[in-house]
Amino acid sequence: MTMSANLVTIAYLWAAGLFILCLSGLSHQESARRGIMYGIVGMLIALVATAAAEEFTGYALLAGIFLPAALIGLFVASRVKMTELPQLVAILHSFVGAAAVLVGFATLLEHGAERAGAAALILSSEIFIGVCIGAITFTGSVLAAGKLHGVISGKPLLLPARHFLNLGLLFATIWLAVVFVQGSGDPASQLVPLYVATAITALLGLHLVAAIGGADMPVVVSMLNSYSGWAAAAAGFMLSNDLLIVTGALVGSSGAILSYIMCRGMNRSFVSVILGGFGTGEGVVVEGSGGEHYPIEVPETTDLLRNAKRVVIVPGYGMAIAQAQHSLAKVTRILRDRGTDVGFAIHPVAGRLPGHMNVLLADANVPYDIVHEMEDVNSDFPRTDVVLVVGANDIVNPAALDDPNSPIAGMPVLEVWNAKAVVVLKRSMASGYAGIENPLFFRPNTRMLFGDAGTNIDALLAELQSESAGVPVG
Amino acid sequence: MRIGIPKEIHPNERRVGGTPRTVKRLCEAGFSVWLERGAGELAEHSDAAYAEAGAELMDDVERLWGESDIILKVRPPKLHEELGQHEADMIGEGATLIGFIWPADNGDVLERLGKRRVSTIAMDRVPRITRAQKVDALSAMANAAGYRAVIEAAHQYPRFLAGQTTAAGSIRPAIVLVIGAGVAGLAAIGAARGLGAIVRAFDTRLEVADQVRSLGADFLELRVKEDGAGEGGYAKVMSDAYIEAEMRMFAKQAMEVNVIITTALVPGKEAPKLITAGMVESMREGSVIVDLAAQQGGNCTLTVPDQVVEHYGVRIVGYTDLPSRMAIQTSWLYSSTLVNMIEEMGGREGFTVDTENDIIRGALVTHEGRILWPPPPEPVVEEDLPPQPWDEGKGPEAEPDPAAAAGKTKGRGGLLWLGVAAAAILAVGWGAPDTFLSHLTVFVLACFVGWQVVWNVTPALHTPLISVTNAVSGIIILGGMIHLSGSLASPVTILAAIAVFIAAINISGGFLVTRRMLAMFRKG
Repeated sequence: MTMSANLVTIAYLWAAGLFILCLSGLSHQESARRGIMYGIVGMLIALVATAAAEEFTGYALLAGIFLPAALIGLFVASRVKMTELPQLVAILHSFVGAAAVLVGFATLLEHGAERAGAAALILSSEIFIGVCIGAITFTGSVLAAGKLHGVISGKPLLLPARHFLNLGLLFATIWLAVVFVQGSGDPASQLVPLYVATAITALLGLHLVAAIGGADMPVVVSMLNSYSGWAAAAAGFMLSNDLLIVTGALVGSSGAILSYIMCRGMNRSFVSVILGGFGTGEGVVVEGSGGEHYPIEVPETTDLLRNAKRVVIVPGYGMAIAQAQHSLAKVTRILRDRGTDVGFAIHPVAGRLPGHMNVLLADANVPYDIVHEMEDVNSDFPRTDVVLVVGANDIVNPAALDDPNSPIAGMPVLEVWNAKAVVVLKRSMASGYAGIENPLFFRPNTRMLFGDAGTNIDALLAELQSESAGVPVG
Repeated sequence: MRIGIPKEIHPNERRVGGTPRTVKRLCEAGFSVWLERGAGELAEHSDAAYAEAGAELMDDVERLWGESDIILKVRPPKLHEELGQHEADMIGEGATLIGFIWPADNGDVLERLGKRRVSTIAMDRVPRITRAQKVDALSAMANAAGYRAVIEAAHQYPRFLAGQTTAAGSIRPAIVLVIGAGVAGLAAIGAARGLGAIVRAFDTRLEVADQVRSLGADFLELRVKEDGAGEGGYAKVMSDAYIEAEMRMFAKQAMEVNVIITTALVPGKEAPKLITAGMVESMREGSVIVDLAAQQGGNCTLTVPDQVVEHYGVRIVGYTDLPSRMAIQTSWLYSSTLVNMIEEMGGREGFTVDTENDIIRGALVTHEGRILWPPPPEPVVEEDLPPQPWDEGKGPEAEPDPAAAAGKTKGRGGLLWLGVAAAAILAVGWGAPDTFLSHLTVFVLACFVGWQVVWNVTPALHTPLISVTNAVSGIIILGGMIHLSGSLASPVTILAAIAVFIAAINISGGFLVTRRMLAMFRKG
């Protein structure tokens, strides 16, 4: 079976349209699943059309590598725990980056000698850009996955003069680009500069991600998502393939928007996040003790919850670490059965992925219509009786609004302190990722429930269950 | 170090500056405590209980005043008629006096204390900052006063407060209007609600509306919009138009409600006159007004301090000793704030008058012979008090200016980038072949489409978005497939095969994990 070039182009057009429908389906939970089906169908059409093109003959090879690879993908994706999602996403990004590098080299070897003049120059530029973006995406994603998986320390690596190092690498890359493009038409002579450029940009990718702290991971992951899209688009340019260009541009702009949203969630510029080193030295003064804090025990917390009419739970990365979302969901269910109005408040940068908390809560069967965004819930805190802060710190720090000298000044935060009572579940009085003291802990309406969040939530659950078992509900 | 607690000599003052519990705390901290015999009598604390707590009972009042290092008082010092001497003249040279002073009304007392080089801590001058809440005696007393105001009103009111439906007929609940929703006002609202009355409340500070509603009362609003939040959680003086509208509303309310409790105070000024004789006359017979501002001249024009007067069948209660009417507990609460203040000043070991400490400096009215009242107009940085139903409101939140400024520069930066991008595209278009330009067109349009589509994605689905775009970006597999048709041994084919392999993992894994994620989202 073969398809004419025109038919292939039409098939690509369908695929591109389906990909757009796929992304637009994600605007609502109800339409999201249908959206994913569009994406899958679009991908199948693209694969079949490419394989059916007249010049394609490598069926045996394709079947031999595609099927096992697809099975590996399905196996991994069906086994991964939802808490390991960030690292899975990061490692998959690295695959796209690596594939872009490989496609770039293959294109150079295959077509490098075919063109001349301006066309050759443009092809060389496209290959170079594609390979460099691919290499940055590859190493950056691998390192990000390592950090997210805990194999590599989440602390930012701050080399002295790191900005100069980045600049140096960048200039070296540009110089290599000039050399590479000048050699257009002679692939053999172009290979060496491309190898070196790949190595240098790979190093750049490592160094960029190494300098970024754990709390900025949502930005890093979105950024790498964006890069993987641009890498695919660059491959589309070198292969004159519009579907690759369209898809790459969709993914690239999607990642860019997510990065922007995440940066806005922290009120920081993209550049400052990328250059890294948040809250580690650089004149950031950690204030002295802000006063007294008031500890509380599990039974008193249970009483507070029992007597509250409205409860809001603020989850943070600490909830993910402690795997507390399942017990928390059960606590929520018991309270809701008692007639308490329970909601969750999600800060845009809570966790390690954009929307990370939503996924974890969904995993624990928390209905999505009680999970609210920051903008919607901030005005409701004054009529909230109890706020339960589970493993979050900087996103509930009033210093962001009150203290213009704070490193997080201007960052939008969940204004939990406006509630009647706030219970903070926390290991100790240590400061958060940003390394800033949190005045919330010293507010007179704040109580600190120290200890492992998972253990404490389980204890809360047990207290609530023992009570609701004894007394008929209602 | 010796602490002296004299008996209060103000008429009708039942409270005392120390209870057996706080005396015990002081003794345990290493102080020796002298207590005037019978000081706690009116607060139902026997001398024996004090002795057991560790106090030494004194009959010689002059010696108690003269030889104590710290004197704990409730009311400001005044003329001791039995001894014919002013209390402020009896105090030891250089001693410390802690108590309510009301320096604005007691200039002569300050002078006497200044002459004796006394360090005077006025508990009514404690700055209203978060850290100072444990020494906030005013709030503790206002809370008691608000509660007691309702009890006094109920005592004077010849009807039920709560509504009832009985076999003999139904009784309509009383309507209570509380003016001023500070600590006292909120306590009054809570108490009146507790007795079953319908409660309305008014305050010029709009931000207390939620606190009022949280206690189950209606918040009355004026058409004229003006926020009355002043410094430190107190109200400020309002404009004439506002006051006029306010008075009209009170006149209307007076005809409807059965009980009015007024708590309106502006610091350092005479209490505003809110309830006129005409309004009182328009109230139903048997109605009651409790004026918590009686000491400062009263919110009602007919209020007589310390008395209940009747006017056209309406009783106007002007008691100024409401906290003192619950002397057991208010003594304990008050004296606890005193002990906290002593601890704030360093306790037994390091007791000093530290003028660097913002709490101490704010409350200090005489020190080392100087009179520190009125305070110098220094810019005091006010911390926001947490808005609690039992506390005064706070000032309006300041808009975070840096964010707004950043937004502006960002806007300008965006335009700049757009310009740079347009110029770059123009430059590329100059020399590039047609095919490249057509690809560029597709690319730029696709970026715009992506931009539009992705902004509509709900934030809760950002993780699925990342994972599905990741799967979709596996489309790079096409780049590998195109190079797959060569000879198996050629490096191009090998590179392409690896690319296809990893991109395929990406596609199948990405789509499956996204589906799994979306399957978890369920509606409740």
